[in-house]
Amino acid sequence: MTDRDLLKLTRRKFLILGAVTASSVALPPFISALASAANIARPVTNPVSMEVNGVPRQMNLDTRTTLLDALREHLQLTGTKKGCDHGQCGACTVIVNGRRVNSCLTLAVMQQGSKITTVEGLGTPDKLHAMQAAFIKHDGYQCGYCTPGQICSAVAVLDEIRQGIPSHVSPNLTDRPQLIAREFQERMSGNICRCGAYSNIIQAISEVAEATA
Amino acid sequence: MRPFSYVRATSPADAAHQAAQVEGARFIAGGTNLLDLMKLEIETPLHLIDVNDLALDRIEATPEGGLRIGALVRNTDLAADSRVRKDYGVLSRALLAGASGQLRNAATTAGNLLQRTRCPYFYDTNQACNKRQPGSGCAAIGGVTRQLGIIGVSSACIATHPSDMAVAMRVLDAQVETIRPDGTTRVIPIADFHRLPGNTPNIETALGANELITAVTLPAPLGGTHIYQKVRDRASYAFALISVAAVIQENGTGRVALGGVAHRPWRIEEAEKLMPDGAKAVTTRLLAGATPTHENEFKVTLVERTLASVMSQARAAS
Repeated sequence: MTDRDLLKLTRRKFLILGAVTASSVALPPFISALASAANIARPVTNPVSMEVNGVPRQMNLDTRTTLLDALREHLQLTGTKKGCDHGQCGACTVIVNGRRVNSCLTLAVMQQGSKITTVEGLGTPDKLHAMQAAFIKHDGYQCGYCTPGQICSAVAVLDEIRQGIPSHVSPNLTDRPQLIAREFQERMSGNICRCGAYSNIIQAISEVAEATA
Repeated sequence: MRPFSYVRATSPADAAHQAAQVEGARFIAGGTNLLDLMKLEIETPLHLIDVNDLALDRIEATPEGGLRIGALVRNTDLAADSRVRKDYGVLSRALLAGASGQLRNAATTAGNLLQRTRCPYFYDTNQACNKRQPGSGCAAIGGVTRQLGIIGVSSACIATHPSDMAVAMRVLDAQVETIRPDGTTRVIPIADFHRLPGNTPNIETALGANELITAVTLPAPLGGTHIYQKVRDRASYAFALISVAAVIQENGTGRVALGGVAHRPWRIEEAEKLMPDGAKAVTTRLLAGATPTHENEFKVTLVERTLASVMSQARAAS
């Protein structure tokens, strides 16, 4: 806020300022008392470092940056896609410290020190991951937009079943879950495909599950 | 999203203390609900305190024969814990019926309890909502109400609590452990944790300002057959229309709680005495005083039929 702005303070704002100043609770360090009264806060940047696809990366990011935007806009890893940006579609799925998550629903600054694997880290055009090859073989996509998220999710699903993590459709909680289509369908429900390639996606996952069983 | 500053807390006491020092502070753990709401500017924290380093990610046996679940235990890990699967099946089943694999990997035990309603009028910032903006009114009343509450509602709010996990914890009589900014700790029974909307639907829990959940404890196992039956519009990855959490003993006695019908997990202990009389008797007592709308009165019938199915499954299993 400039001096000129200060001169324009209304009586109401002046009273609010007084109330803020009298409060025992301090404002966050990036907001001056004056700015708070006008409900204006400046962006805050924080340093963050993480390992992405085996490569250490350092960034200085606006705290509001999601992991998804950090990957796409700051590291130019555009394989990971932004669909709904609200955790409903799964297009942004990446693997963080061995677990699949929606990269749109975590802040980059929260991933300090994390190990991230995106679709680019699973395989390359010359050396495809088995799941990438199976998606191509079985036409596990049509437009392809949800595919990177589907593939990251599918790779993690097979790990989760092998770790013995049960699902909603596992008939018995105390038995080991099976590598079967019914399990894959339930576990992949967080990845939406508007083209409707679901049956081919399940075929691709089933093939990889059998080949690596 | 509004700008905010960010720090990582080093201990539960440090987190609660820090939160009280800064205006507009909020804790963040999994972030799956808070961050979603921040993008919509329904939540507008000025300062985020990341609690992920607090070492509250363990599940330990208690001297009373139960389990103490750290606040940061992820939904996936809680559902998959061998002790939970064996002795608290209703909790595993409730967790696995909720959200998606990706969300369960991020979402925490405490965050699940604190997640906010998915009432579409709460999410639409162009609509009046007493929960989002106290005193603005409730556009849901008289609006599209198929998903909304049928009991314990008020003239200020008819939203439901969206959690599946919390319904199972209510049937198990879990307890919520917290720490306050002055360093004192307390235990809140789950029955008292979530509030009914009344005239202040914006106040959703018994937590005080900047009070941090550190753990949820489960009493010693109840035995019996554990069932969580959720009815929803698609087979997976959808919120409940209604759900029934039940622990039923071989002699037909047991406990029942409902999800998807009220502002909190709905359990009436008195109704459970009627279990030998069948699902209709239990439902009549459980939902006595319900005020459904024309669009959601189907939930009353659905509760009775789902409970009948659950009781029949329990008989078959014992």
